[in-house]
Amino acid sequence: MTARAHFPGLSALLDLSWSRVFAVFLKELVQMRRDRPTFAIMIMMPIIQLVLFGYAINTDPRHMPAVVEMREDGPLTRAFLSSLTQSSYIDIVAVTQRAEDGEQMIRSGRANFLISIPEGFERRLVRGERPEILIAADASDPVAAGGALSAIERIAQSAFAPDLNGPLSYLAQAPPPYEIVVHRRYNPAGVSSFNIVPALLGVILTMTMVMITSIALTRETERGTMENLLATPVRPLEVMIGKTTPYVVVGAIQVAIVLLLSALLFHIPFTGSFIAFLVAVTLFILANLMLGYLISTAARTQMQAMQMTFFIFLPSILLSGFMFPFKAMPFWAQVIGECLPITHFLRIVREIVLKDAGFGDILGDLWPLTAIMLVLATLALLRFRRTLD
Amino acid sequence: MSAETVIDVRGLTKKFGDRTVVDNFDLQVPRGAIYGFLGPNGSGKTTTIRMVCGLLKPESGEGEVLGLDVRTESLKIKERVGYMTQKFSLYEDLSIRENLEFIARLYGLDRRDERVDAALADLGLAERQTQLAGKLSGGWKQRLALAACMIHEPELLLLDEPTAGVDPKARRDFWDAIRRYSAQGVTTLVSTHYMDEAVQCDAIAYIAYGKKLLDAPTAEIPKMIGLHGWRIAGRPLMKAQEMLEASPGVDLVARFGAEIHACGKDATPLEHAVRAVKAAQPHVEIEPIEAGFEEIFIYLMSGALDNFK
Ligand SMILES: Nc1ncnc2c1ncn2[C@@H]1O[C@H](COP(=O)(O)OP(=O)(O)OP(=O)(O)O)[C@@H](O)[C@H]1O
Ligand SMILES: [Mg+2]
Repeated sequence: MTARAHFPGLSALLDLSWSRVFAVFLKELVQMRRDRPTFAIMIMMPIIQLVLFGYAINTDPRHMPAVVEMREDGPLTRAFLSSLTQSSYIDIVAVTQRAEDGEQMIRSGRANFLISIPEGFERRLVRGERPEILIAADASDPVAAGGALSAIERIAQSAFAPDLNGPLSYLAQAPPPYEIVVHRRYNPAGVSSFNIVPALLGVILTMTMVMITSIALTRETERGTMENLLATPVRPLEVMIGKTTPYVVVGAIQVAIVLLLSALLFHIPFTGSFIAFLVAVTLFILANLMLGYLISTAARTQMQAMQMTFFIFLPSILLSGFMFPFKAMPFWAQVIGECLPITHFLRIVREIVLKDAGFGDILGDLWPLTAIMLVLATLALLRFRRTLD
Repeated sequence: MSAETVIDVRGLTKKFGDRTVVDNFDLQVPRGAIYGFLGPNGSGKTTTIRMVCGLLKPESGEGEVLGLDVRTESLKIKERVGYMTQKFSLYEDLSIRENLEFIARLYGLDRRDERVDAALADLGLAERQTQLAGKLSGGWKQRLALAACMIHEPELLLLDEPTAGVDPKARRDFWDAIRRYSAQGVTTLVSTHYMDEAVQCDAIAYIAYGKKLLDAPTAEIPKMIGLHGWRIAGRPLMKAQEMLEASPGVDLVARFGAEIHACGKDATPLEHAVRAVKAAQPHVEIEPIEAGFEEIFIYLMSGALDNFK
């Protein structure tokens, strides 16, 4: 007889034969390849999501309504105003002299920006007192605000430049002879597009990885193939490893797509350690796969699996710091957030991609990610039904 | 436990909710035997077989399969048992060959290609090995499943209606193969609804409503049941059939094409009834016969065994 010898004494749960793992892996890979529509979705999803969300959020916003509050009328301020009018970034919807009018317009949403030039601006400029140009931005749409703000800054520079010659040329050197003071309203953190595109990677991975593994076992149960699988000597751990590994590959493809697109389309800088990023993203993919797999040990039908996936997906978007600033959430929401893999991944990816971080900087989020993954894997193994009832 | 008893389970009981589906089931199957497992639909055959190979946890009961405890050593049992499910449970989106290879890998078989090739040749599916299993006809699926559960040369075969939907030639080949294995010491427990298959078994266990009602060597069963029979032939038969069905001495009226088999527990009232029919319908021929398995099991399934016990 050909019964395979295995090591006695090892705990039944951790008993493992790599050839059986490979058997399950290979079978899963072939099935995945044959399921063309699902495979296509897994590849297209990151592209579509990134382009959709990335552009919807990130398009260099133009024609933002602005109201200008002018307390004085002189050659310099008039030049500034005409430059603003010509800019495609903002549309001047009103010019007023009264502070209340401007306030009212930005509060009612008729204008997204209030640009106010104080009284005595020209006089103080000439004296070199660096007067302030005050810009109040409705930053509830942070990306939009960000783009227009930098545009206004550039306009100010070019508007004053031609006038700052002759007797005033001493003012033309840096720093500029005026100061722009920006008040971001409604979203002081001012999340920028650079923030959102890397975060989309987390959302895309959560969505596809959890969804696809959530039906890993459920599908076998529904199709009746579970009975045959359970009748073989395959162990729970072997099924788990064999069934999830193919999707690590899919996750890697998605990561590559997102990185490529974010560099090509959105010019996201990637400044931090790439190795650290790879380690973090691998851990994150594994954690999501375990989460999905845990769902599939509980769901009896694919429909149930989908519902449970959405149950995970909503907090992943709302409570992870993707949508709202994490620190601004109530304590209980932060606790839930800390238990979600995506919360830690978002912090890591922002650190690495935007803030030049290496391993040392992300350890504080790497170990919770590892812990979450191990807990989920253990729960899934314990929950795996070795029998049909 | 004798090493020669391959299946030895005692008092197996399985409940789904508060319904007892298998009730206090005992079974002893010696090495090399072909054991038939019969019973009406929903009587608990599949459930019992699943408990024997560790796929369902019995509420109570104990036993050994291949000398291993069914409750604690099911992983070891699975390595040496071939279980063919009633419903096709291989992967429809894998090809015939991929299915066999998958199973062969899970059992860690050596000479895998050789074995798969041999199984494919045996099946006569060598040319179609790259075809998806889901595209096979019902009977071919059944034959593929059978080949898959035998590829690791198990010592015990648990076959749940293996020949349902299989053509007569293939069934004959299948039973020839089972008998060959049996000669080599492979034990088989096979459930079936075909009586021509039942008679090929060395012994038969009969289950109804989750209770084992009969367990005996096949050859002894007719004597144990003691069913007497008459053949009534000729046309038309409709009237004769109606009369027989109304007669108290006749326990079973079964139509076989152009003849009726009337059976009864007691010979005398049966003969009276049959002769009364002959008197009323002179065109029919009557003749005493020995009740066959078909009649015996139809008789059993009509619930008569409850009285018999
Ligand atoms: N998973 C389950 N949950 C609830 N009831 C079940 C389950 N499996 C089987 N049953 C019930 O148990 C009873 C026995 O079913 P089983 O499949 O063992 O019968 P069977 O003898 O194999 O019938 P058949 O000849 O039709 O295959 C049936 O009444 C069935 O409805
Ligand atoms: Mg059955």
